Amino acid sequence: MNFDFSDDQKQLRDQARKFLTEKCSPKAVRVVLDGKAPYDKELWKGLAEMGFLGVAIPEEFGGAGAGHLELCVIAEEMGRANAPVPFSSTVYLAAEALLIAGSDAQRKKWLPAIASGEAIGTLALFEGKGNPSPKNVKLTAANGVLNGVKKPVADGAIADFAVVAARNGSSGRDSDISLFLVDLKAGGVEVKSLTNLDPTRGQAEITFEDTKAEPLGAAGEGWSILTQVLDRAAVLCAFEQVGGSDRALEMGRDYALDRIAFGRQIGSFQAVKHMLADMYVSATLARSNSYYGAWALSTNAAELPEAAAAARISATQAFQHCAKNNIQVHGGMGFTWEFDCHMYYRRANAMALGLGSLSYWEDQLIDRMRKKNAA
Amino acid sequence: MNFDDTPQEAEFRATARAWIGANAPRQYEQELRKSSLGRTVLKNADILEVAKAWQKKKADAGWACLHWPKEYGGRGASPIERVIWSQEEGPFGQLSRMFIIGHGMCGPTMMAFAREEHKRTYLPPLASGEKVWCQLFSEPAGGSDVAGLRTRAEKDGDDWIINGQKIWTSGAHYSDYGILLTRTDPTVPKHKGLTMFFLDMKSPGVEVRPIKQASGAFDFNEVYFTNVRIPDHQRLGEVGDGWNVSLTTLMNERSAIGAAVSTGFPELFEYCSSLMLDDGPAIEDRAVRSKLANWAVKASGLKYTSMRAISALSKGERPGPENSIGKLVAGSMIQDVATYALDLQGASGVVSGEDAELAGRFQAMLLRAPGTRVEGGTDEIMRNIIAERVLGLPGDIRVDKDVPFNKIPTKGR
Repeated sequence: MNFDFSDDQKQLRDQARKFLTEKCSPKAVRVVLDGKAPYDKELWKGLAEMGFLGVAIPEEFGGAGAGHLELCVIAEEMGRANAPVPFSSTVYLAAEALLIAGSDAQRKKWLPAIASGEAIGTLALFEGKGNPSPKNVKLTAANGVLNGVKKPVADGAIADFAVVAARNGSSGRDSDISLFLVDLKAGGVEVKSLTNLDPTRGQAEITFEDTKAEPLGAAGEGWSILTQVLDRAAVLCAFEQVGGSDRALEMGRDYALDRIAFGRQIGSFQAVKHMLADMYVSATLARSNSYYGAWALSTNAAELPEAAAAARISATQAFQHCAKNNIQVHGGMGFTWEFDCHMYYRRANAMALGLGSLSYWEDQLIDRMRKKNAA
Repeated sequence: MNFDDTPQEAEFRATARAWIGANAPRQYEQELRKSSLGRTVLKNADILEVAKAWQKKKADAGWACLHWPKEYGGRGASPIERVIWSQEEGPFGQLSRMFIIGHGMCGPTMMAFAREEHKRTYLPPLASGEKVWCQLFSEPAGGSDVAGLRTRAEKDGDDWIINGQKIWTSGAHYSDYGILLTRTDPTVPKHKGLTMFFLDMKSPGVEVRPIKQASGAFDFNEVYFTNVRIPDHQRLGEVGDGWNVSLTTLMNERSAIGAAVSTGFPELFEYCSSLMLDDGPAIEDRAVRSKLANWAVKASGLKYTSMRAISALSKGERPGPENSIGKLVAGSMIQDVATYALDLQGASGVVSGEDAELAGRFQAMLLRAPGTRVEGGTDEIMRNIIAERVLGLPGDIRVDKDVPFNKIPTKGR
């Protein structure tokens, strides 16, 4: 058994960590946090040059052709650094949708552009409140044009193209839903930036009005493709969340060692130690569940749906737990804008919702476990 | 990343599987599979006898204490082979429970500190289960604070005279030998005046009194020592070095990798899958599903954490500290799981034993669960260990650290 990353993959992780430590300091993240830039363009360019954007994109489409284990490794580092770039929407959602369902022409057009950093992509799924479900897709597709409003769309204001879930039937079945590819720079859409919990990753409302769109994947297959995309993204996001959990835990630990109160390091008080120990427990459980997800993702195993849901739940809980208690360890200073704690708190809570909320994934996990037991 | 055996591991697994298939006591398999925390019973047999017979059979064929050297009754197997064995042994591994302390703690301590002739005499029958060992550390005045123990050992010629009391000694009532931590010098700070011995539990002056637990069962004992004589050659380690010797024992307790910790989750999932609530199947109830999902990811998280440790072993590396979370997570989880299973039964959840739902499986689990959060290091001690050894946080301020032991105030039990 080798339930671990390879030495090459660990080397890639070290390389990514070194790169991000240099290019993505908390100071750099704050430029986006403070609204001075919509995302870190220099970092995005650098990630492309390092080959990180296309690490799992096949060579024939301009990527490094490495694989999804390598992408998991990079994802963890992106989460650790709280990188203010549209990595998850472009790489986990848009690129994965193209890899699963794109025509040769669509892949040739967009995947090399993603790998080189020229194109930012996203998934336009949600329409207001509610979790991923065919019945929540109201935006219509007819005669090659889309009509409706998507909100929130991650990185929608900076995206060049979007994969859009649309309705072209009303049978009440999953086959009512199809996916479309929309070039957002070609006009026909109205994009409005939304304020959101985590300003280091934007959210937008996109209005489609007779917007030209080309089908992505077969008609009526939209929901099945989306389910696969969300599962794959769940594993990749889980690695970002694991990276973020570890960083929040380290920040708390370092502060507990540094800060003196009542004449001693606060990390010597059991109330503080036990809080940090519990954060370590959450982060460890999340990491192990995510490793299983990585294995399932990289081998396209039949276990992927269950593994993805477990990784998603565990990593979401861990990041929220570590991020909130990191602030608690810091006391009043943790609640200031000046300290970095809130950046992880914001990211943790935004990520907890991005692919559908915890309660949605809990429901998914139980469904999938029952299916496995029945089979 | 894969879950495949290496060719060598696959061969070992096949050999182990074949032997277990041909030799395991199959007649007890169903009962052992249905056992859960607080309820491991065989209806028509004495579990201790069945366990001893299985252990002896394994030892005769070279399948006992796999990781021990052959000359001491083991197989000289690698750590990963030990894990593969326990995976293959499956439900029959439940029968090893009475040997865990002897094999996991006393044996390694003997191996590290006993004289060669003692190792050759005592270790093989310990491996084969013919002799059962217990560990005599905890005392009424020293549970989490083991180094606060008060049992005295005083030198008398070539012997030591032991007087005092131990408590929470698992299996003392059926043990043949024990390792014993004593205080040999009360005038120095507490960690410095301790000395370790091993002794025959049938020695004159040893009295074992079973403790009736809150669950009603009897797993633990009080052990009283009245002028018990132990020859000096049964000392383990130097006089005054008992604390370090005991750390060897405790490290072994916590490094039992691959040992499945029970979380109660598989039992609860199975239960909920067929349970009907007033409004329909439990498994379709939103609240039930949310609870199950949260416990599912803890259970799977522990499982894959253990697999990460096994992978490190497979590569010949030392596993990291991740495995230290197992007992902490599983202990409180199984308690919560049992509580919830009874909640789902409504008022009838109060009934326990044979007349209860599933013959009282979850009621027995509930009543046994508090012990899992205390034995082998309380939840709080486990958190201290993670905080100090894994995260590098400072130890608590110890007001008694440099005080001579006989000047430390004491009260409570």
